Parts: sequence; structure tokens; C-alpha cells
Amino acid sequence: MSAAVDLAIVGAGPAGMGAALEAARHGLRPVVLDEHGAPGGQIYRNIEGVTRDRPGDLAVLGADYGAGAALVAAFRAADIDYRPGSAVFEVGSGGLGVLSDGVARRLEAREIILATGAMERPVPQPGWTLPGVLSAGAAQTLLKASNLVPAGRVVVAGSGPLLFLLAWQLAEAGVDIAAILRTSPRGNLWRALPHALGLVGNPDVAKGLGWIRALKRRGIPFLEGVTALAAEGDDRVERVRYRRAGGETVLPADTLLLHEGVVPNPQLARASGAAHDFDAARGHLAARHDDWLQTSLDGVALAGDGLRIHGAKAAPALGRWAALGCLLRLGRLEAATAERGRAEARAEVARAARPQAFLHELYRVPDEPMTPRDDDTVVCRCEALTAGEIRRALALDVPGPNQLKAFLRAGMGPCQSRMCAPTVARMFAARDGRGVTEGDHFRLRPPVKPITVRELAEMQDLAAD
Amino acid sequence: MSDARFIVIGGGVVGAAISYGLARLGHPVTMIDGADDAFRASRANFGLVWVQSKGLGKPDYAAWSRRSAALYEDFRAELEDESGVDCAYHRPGGVTLALSDDELEEQVAILGQIRGEAPAGEFEFEVVERAQLDNMLPGLGPEVVGATYSAHDGETNSLFLLHALHGAFQRRGGAYVQGHHVTGIEAAAGGGYAVSTADGTVHTGDRVVVAAGLGNQELAARVGLEVPVRPVQGQVIVTERADPLLSMPTLNVKQTREGTFMLGASQAEVDYDITTDAAVLKRIAARNLRAFPFLSDLRVVRSWAGLRVMTPDGFPIYDQSPSHPGIFIATGHSGVTTAAAHAYVLADYFSKGEIGAELAGLSSARFHVQA
Amino acid sequence: MFRRRAAPAATVTVRLDGEAVAAAAGDSVAAVLLAAGADYRRHGVGGAARAPFCMIGNCHDCLVEVDGVANRQGCLVTVAEGMRIRRMRGKPVLAT
Ligand SMILES: Cc1cc2nc3c(=O)[nH]c(=O)nc-3n(C[C@H](O)[C@@H](O)[C@H](O)COP(=O)(O)OP(=O)(O)OC[C@H]3O[C@@H](n4cnc5c(N)ncnc54)[C@H](O)[C@@H]3O)c2cc1C
Ligand SMILES: Cc1cc2nc3c(=O)[nH]c(=O)nc-3n(C[C@H](O)[C@H](O)[C@H](O)COP(=O)(O)OP(=O)(O)OC[C@H]3O[C@@H](n4cnc5c(N)ncnc54)[C@H](O)[C@@H]3O)c2cc1C
Repeated sequence: MSAAVDLAIVGAGPAGMGAALEAARHGLRPVVLDEHGAPGGQIYRNIEGVTRDRPGDLAVLGADYGAGAALVAAFRAADIDYRPGSAVFEVGSGGLGVLSDGVARRLEAREIILATGAMERPVPQPGWTLPGVLSAGAAQTLLKASNLVPAGRVVVAGSGPLLFLLAWQLAEAGVDIAAILRTSPRGNLWRALPHALGLVGNPDVAKGLGWIRALKRRGIPFLEGVTALAAEGDDRVERVRYRRAGGETVLPADTLLLHEGVVPNPQLARASGAAHDFDAARGHLAARHDDWLQTSLDGVALAGDGLRIHGAKAAPALGRWAALGCLLRLGRLEAATAERGRAEARAEVARAARPQAFLHELYRVPDEPMTPRDDDTVVCRCEALTAGEIRRALALDVPGPNQLKAFLRAGMGPCQSRMCAPTVARMFAARDGRGVTEGDHFRLRPPVKPITVRELAEMQDLAAD
Repeated sequence: MSDARFIVIGGGVVGAAISYGLARLGHPVTMIDGADDAFRASRANFGLVWVQSKGLGKPDYAAWSRRSAALYEDFRAELEDESGVDCAYHRPGGVTLALSDDELEEQVAILGQIRGEAPAGEFEFEVVERAQLDNMLPGLGPEVVGATYSAHDGETNSLFLLHALHGAFQRRGGAYVQGHHVTGIEAAAGGGYAVSTADGTVHTGDRVVVAAGLGNQELAARVGLEVPVRPVQGQVIVTERADPLLSMPTLNVKQTREGTFMLGASQAEVDYDITTDAAVLKRIAARNLRAFPFLSDLRVVRSWAGLRVMTPDGFPIYDQSPSHPGIFIATGHSGVTTAAAHAYVLADYFSKGEIGAELAGLSSARFHVQA
Repeated sequence: MFRRRAAPAATVTVRLDGEAVAAAAGDSVAAVLLAAGADYRRHGVGGAARAPFCMIGNCHDCLVEVDGVANRQGCLVTVAEGMRIRRMRGKPVLAT
């Protein structure tokens, strides 16, 4: 059995790097595990490669992207045991299950920080399983990591601040965007306005407005108040249909990029058994945590967008905050020092996250399409289960999602309910005429990353039995 | 008295099969069930409808298992008609693989004894040599020395079975009350019984069936029955789907109609703990990989731990309360295997008000400590 | 349908359904398939055409056979010289 390490951090995005740097600064060498081959996380994906091989594209991807280079360089330079290509499939009983190069290993750790980031909110639309329909973030990832852009007629649809950044980056990269369809209900603006106080002159808000202006200057049609969005075609998307101002429109399209904001990726934290609540204002599950960002599990903390969506700028500070708690519990820091560091981190997070409340209201996703009206809309992509099939089972007064899973196999496929859990939760709440709760979400079990039977059978460093 | 109003406590496969059977006979039935996160062996099992190895030293139970298996295909078809859900039962026979001569010898001895205890000709099995086994199952590992085979055995998708039972029950007019924890059973003022739940709701009925899995001990004690059930944990691994390969279930590995492989199962007395344990899962994966090396590169999609509802001797308990006539208990392991008998035979006994004599050996009296 | 904006700095050659295909070093397998054309895979449940949706490891719609192992997540596997990639047509067929 291997000796325990002091601190293991999952994720080498801005939050994980921030946490690792803080630990290193205090003389502790953390292990950082990330399934990707290079540091950066989602926002700074392939920042080293772009800087090295195609520096001209730094302008295309924008100043916020380029800003990641310094953080990544500091991370590389520090005394950190960084292990790329390592997928963490389990967290529990004082350690982690790590898969790399086809070998599963158990790593014991006294303290663990999960900095696993966010995912785009999965929102089922008719036809969203057709090839050619991708999340907008997927297109961005392809641009950053492989310099690929969608060809032909590209339609972008959805809501949320990232939508405009992604559209702007694609336009800068030479993509001809046929239209941007905005799905956020107009009423959202009124609910959001009270949160707008103090945002005048906020640089992030100004930046967002700048992207919108730049896109409009290119003559890209911005269509507000779009509903009943659907992708159509045989074997791949050919058309996008939508309703707006009472009329229905069909646009020819080769690619449809969808985006409805980002939510914490709850998979690893939930499977580890950390307590979560449903945050109704933000519309997603959020882990319970203490003042050091420690979850309900001793020695397991969360940081970054995996904790709450505070954005990339707040992520390193959240990482530092969580790391300070670990250092304190490990007896590596004086309480006063840790608390001072936390106060600084907290202020930085507050500053960076100032627009979030406004943005959450502005881009709140309406019940439709989260409770798809159309019976034929696929909700569980893996098992190809439709909203109609789910509704029929719900009508048997199924007590909750785990019984539904048993009845239909919903959430039982390889994605392990990542793509359908939020929708299923909303459908339960809608059936019962109440708000969504934590109990409306599937129970998750390890492994949360694909591990083969052989890898499991040959798992190393397990306690002898 | 086919209009007797029944209250069934428990909506797992035992409660649901009995509820369906009663509704089918025309009884008004209310099935009261716990919340979504209650312990439910019915959502955590292996889905075998298994006869070989059942009932060693208890021929009545062995016969009961065979009887259920014999009813199962009609049961499947009827449930599909009524609910639209096919629980994928089939009976190609089943095998228990042996990875050593010792294992094989032990199995053969047990099955031989069960055969000896059964009426002549009612239970048959075969010892299958390795060469012959290769014609029955593809891709066996070199360590497999042989197997026992019984034509009585089959398998179902026990999750779809639960779905089908709930659907068919409600289609028959049964009332389902979920998310309620039964806390009291008492004689009602005007005759019959009052069943109350934690939130204060009271349901009244002429008769009550206690089929609440691990909740049975406590509930049965209220009506003077000793039902010593305890949790025995079992962990299971499920892989992603693959093209059909195994046409027949084995005791520890089977392929579902969807194409997933189920790998089972551990046994541990860990009280009410349903967390999976990497060391246990590793052992399950390793053992079954020796049996079927082709599983090697399949990805594990899920693993879980479930709690078996276990009696001291492993056999079920069927009984009627002596102090509260009309209150019945049905519980025990292998509730999937016995589901057809529960729906067709046991429900009929409960309807008639008396449990058939052939089940007398499964009453709770066997656990009464003699003073 | 995706196109490359510029020739990659370094290339590797992979086998896509037996054909030699040039890929950028560092590409994900999914990116290689998306750049190679429209057809990605057939779903193992129902047989519909499917292709990557999220590209960061969540949706599992980028599944592909890599070096003989079925159902690898194409978006998380980086290409290597000589890698054998096969488009999947439904469920994997196991070799016994
Ligand atoms: C597709 C996508 C694109 C985005 N693009 C932008 C953008 O351009 N600008 C912006 O401001 N915000 C963007 N965001 C929002 C994003 O959440 C940022 O705020 C920021 O990346 C969050 O930083 P983080 O460190 O919390 O998480 P991330 O940057 O997401 O980093 C998490 C890291 O954890 C790793 N990881 C996750 N699970 C495991 C596991 N089980 N095992 C091993 N490793 C694991 C991941 O590989 C990843 O590298 C994007 C989000 C998404 C989902
Ligand atoms: C790993 C494993 C593998 C198995 N494999 C097989 C197999 O291959 N073949 C086979 O035949 N059997 C198998 N079994 C056994 C089988 O699953 C069980 O015998 C069967 O599911 C028991 O069903 P049940 O309805 O009695 O209990 P449960 O499924 O546990 O259901 C009990 C129900 O009662 C409810 N309840 C409890 N207390 C109360 C209360 N106070 N008020 C209201 N409701 C209450 C609960 O909410 C629950 O829904 C296996 C079991 C396990 C764990």
C-alpha cells in the first residue's frame, strides 16, 4: 500500500492551479491530477500549444484566454507533482481512484481538493442528438485545441454570457454565423435589474456588451425571444426551426451550436457522497461546504466553478482558499496566516463574482425546454429515451429518480446521467407542482470515469484483503 | 370474499407481485411504499429466476422455487399485456461455473442432495464437462473446469419486472401510495385494520399484507409475528452494452437483453451499508474475468451495493398473524424468483384467508425459541 | 462538418477505418473524425447517427474504437502515430 500524500488536487484548470500554487508557496508539494494532457482547464484549453504553434490566434481567442499563459507558466515552474492524463474515477475513504495509461491505482491522500470545473447545462431540444448539433463550448474547444471551425451555415442559439464570447471567437476565427437566436425570456431582464446596481462600469459586463456590439457590427442577425427551438434533418442537422413573435421560421443550417450557461459538474463530488442542495436561484445542484470550502466529507474540499459558478477570474482565488483550509488542517499553517489569506481570497472572489447574480437572473433557463413539451424529444441521450416515455412512467407515481432509472434505464448509460439528470429533476418537480430538490437527482456511484473490467480487476495499491 | 379490501405494505418486488395478484382477483388494494431512497433489494438484484441450489434441506422451498419458475413465462406474457412492459424473462437454462475441481465437486454434492430431497423426477440437473460447456457458452477462460446446468433456470430484467408489476397493478385499479413510512398497524374500531403512516395518514382495510423487505421485522412484531430478517450486502458491477454473446445466464455473470453484462456478487454482513468498496469490486471483476476473459476491455458503467432481505436459514417466511387474523407476512431472499408464485399462488391464499399447507414449513414458527 | 483553419505545425498519421489519415499532433481522436467528414458513428441503442456533442468528456456521444478497444471517448484520447481508429456501428462485438 502506498503512503498517503498530503494533498491531492483533481483538476488543472485555474482553480486547481491556484490551489496547487498556494500549497507550493507554503512548502507543500501537492499531487495534481487531470485527465487532460496539459494544464489550463476549460477556459485556458491548449494555451501552451496555441502560444507556441499559432500565436496569431491569441487575438482570435481574446485577452482573457491569453491571460492564462502566465498562470500556466507559474504552475509549470512551481514544485508540484503534476500528473496529466490521469482520470479520477472515485473519491472516498481518504483516497482516490486514478486511471492513467490503462492502469487503475488507488492514491491515498490526507486532503483532497476537487477542482473539476463546470459543464454546459444540458438542455434537451428536439433534434439535439443529430450530428451537427453541438454545444457552443464544444466548438470553442475544437477551435482552441485543434484549430477546427464549423464549415457551412452556422446557427448559434441559447443564452448566457459565454454564448456571446463563443460566437465572437468563432466570428474572429472566420466563421460565417448565419444567426444568433436568443432564448432567454424577456421577463428575465426585469428580475435581473435589481442585481444590476453597482455593475455600471464593471469591466466584465462592459466586455460582454462589447462582444455583442462587435457581433452586431458584423451584421450577424440577433434574434431575441426565440422559443420552440428544434433541429431537423436525416442523419444530421439540415434545418433549425424556431418560433418568435408568434411566427415560425425555418433556417437552413449545417451546424447548430447550443448553449444555456454552465453549471458545476457534480459527478465526482456527488459520487463521493458529499452532501448537495439544489440552488433554486442558480438552477443547479451545489455542494454544502464550510468556511474553508470543505464539503460534508472530512478532508474533501471543492474549488472553482465546480463549487459555484463564480467564473474563471474567481477560480484561482477559490483554489487558494480551499488550499489554505487544507494546509490549516494538515497543521502546515498558523490559523492567523490562513485566515488572512482567506480574507484576501474572499475579497477577490467577491470582486470577480460581482456580476454573477445579475447574470443568473438574466439567463435563467425557463421551464420549457427543461420540461420538454414535445413527447419525441430525447432526454436521455445514451438510452435514447424520450420525454414522452419518461412522462408515461412518471404517471405511475414513481417515487423518485432512482425508481425511474430502474423502470426505464434513464441515466443508466455510459454518461451516467450527466446529460439527463437536470431535465429529469425538473420533470419530477413539474409533475408534483413544486420546486426542484436534491432528491430529484439520480444517486451517483463510482466509477464516474470509464474504467474497464480488466483495469478494475488489476487495480493496484489497494489495501490487502 | 373477493371484495375484501387489502392494504399491502411495501412496493418492492414482493409487495408489488402480491398486490398485482390480489388486484387481479378483484380485490381493492392499496399498496403503501417508502420513499425513493429507501432500501430496495428489488432495484439492486441480479435478476436470476434461479432454481438449482435453492432449498437445500428445505424441499418445500425448492418446490416453491420450481413452481414459480414454471409459472414465469405466463406471468411475463400477462404482465406485458397489462402494462406494455416486457420484463425479458426467458428460460434457456442456467449454469454455475466451477473454476476448480473442488468447486465443481461441492456444487454437484449440493445439487445431488437437493435432487435426493425432491420427489422423483421433479428436479433435474446435469454436470457439464468443460468440452461440452464450450458448446454452450463462448469464450470461457482456461480455468473453467466445468459446470452444473439446470433447465429450470432462467433470468429476467428485474427492474423492468418491477415496472411491469407497478404498471399492471395500477392498470387493474390498484392504488399506489408512495413516500409513506408505515408506523402503525392496529385493529380498527369497526372491524378490519388501520394502517397509519409517519405523517399521520390512516388507511383502513379488511386485511393487511406486510411485505416491507427489511422493514418487516419491526412491522411484524406489532402483530405478534417473529420475522428475523437482516441485511446481507451484495455488490454488483454492470458493463456497457455489447452485441449478444451469452445466450444463457450463469450464477455470477449474465448478459441482459440490452447487451450489458452483470457481474456479481459479493456477500457481506455490514449492517445497513450500501456504499461500494473498491476492494470488493476488484475481487468481483477479477473472479469473473477468469471465467470470461472477453469481458476484459468492456467498460464498467455502474456498480452498486444492495441489501438482501435475509432470514436466519435463508428461506422465505409466509405466515398469518395468530393474534390479528387477516394480517399476512411475506418476506425473504430470492423475491424475483418467487414473484410468479407470489402473484398467482400466494395472493390467492391471502384472498382465501388461509395459506396453503405446502407452505407450512415456511411459517415463522420455525424461529420461535423453545422455552 | 468542420474545417481546419491552417495546416498543423506537426502531423501524425493514423488509420481511420484502414485508410491513412493525417492528423495534427495533439489532436483528439474526435477532432480527427470531425475534420475527416460527416459520418461519425451509429448509436448502440436504436442505431441513429450520432456525433460528439460536448467535447469535454461528458456526453459520451464521441465513442469510437481505438487500437481495438471499443467505446473510447474520442474527445479525451489524443492521437498517436499509427493509431488504429474505427468508427463504431452500434454496439461493440466482443472477440472470444
Ligand atoms: C466547454 C467550456 C468552455 C468554457 N470556456 C470559457 C471561456 O472561454 N471563458 C470563460 O471565462 N469561461 C469559460 N468556461 C467557464 C469555466 O467554467 C471557467 O470559469 C473556468 O474554466 C473554471 O475553472 P475551474 O478551474 O473551476 O474548472 P476547469 O477549467 O473546468 O478545470 C477543471 C479541470 O478538471 C479536470 N477534470 C474534471 N474532472 C476530472 C476527473 N474526474 N479526473 C481528472 N480530471 C478531471 C478537467 O480536465 C479540467 O482540466 C467554459 C466552460 C466550459 C464547460
Ligand atoms: C445483490 C443482490 C442480488 C440478488 N439477486 C437475486 C436474484 O438473482 N434472484 C432473486 O430471485 N433474488 C435476488 N435477490 C433478492 C431479491 O432482490 C429480494 O429478495 C427482493 O427484491 C426482496 O423484495 P422485497 O419487496 O421484499 O424488498 P425490497 O425490494 O427491499 O422492498 C421493500 C419495500 O418496502 C418498503 N418499506 C419498507 N419499510 C416500510 C414501511 N415501514 N412503510 C412503507 N413501506 C416500507 C420500502 O420502501 C421498499 O420499497 C438479490 C438481492 C441482492 C441484494
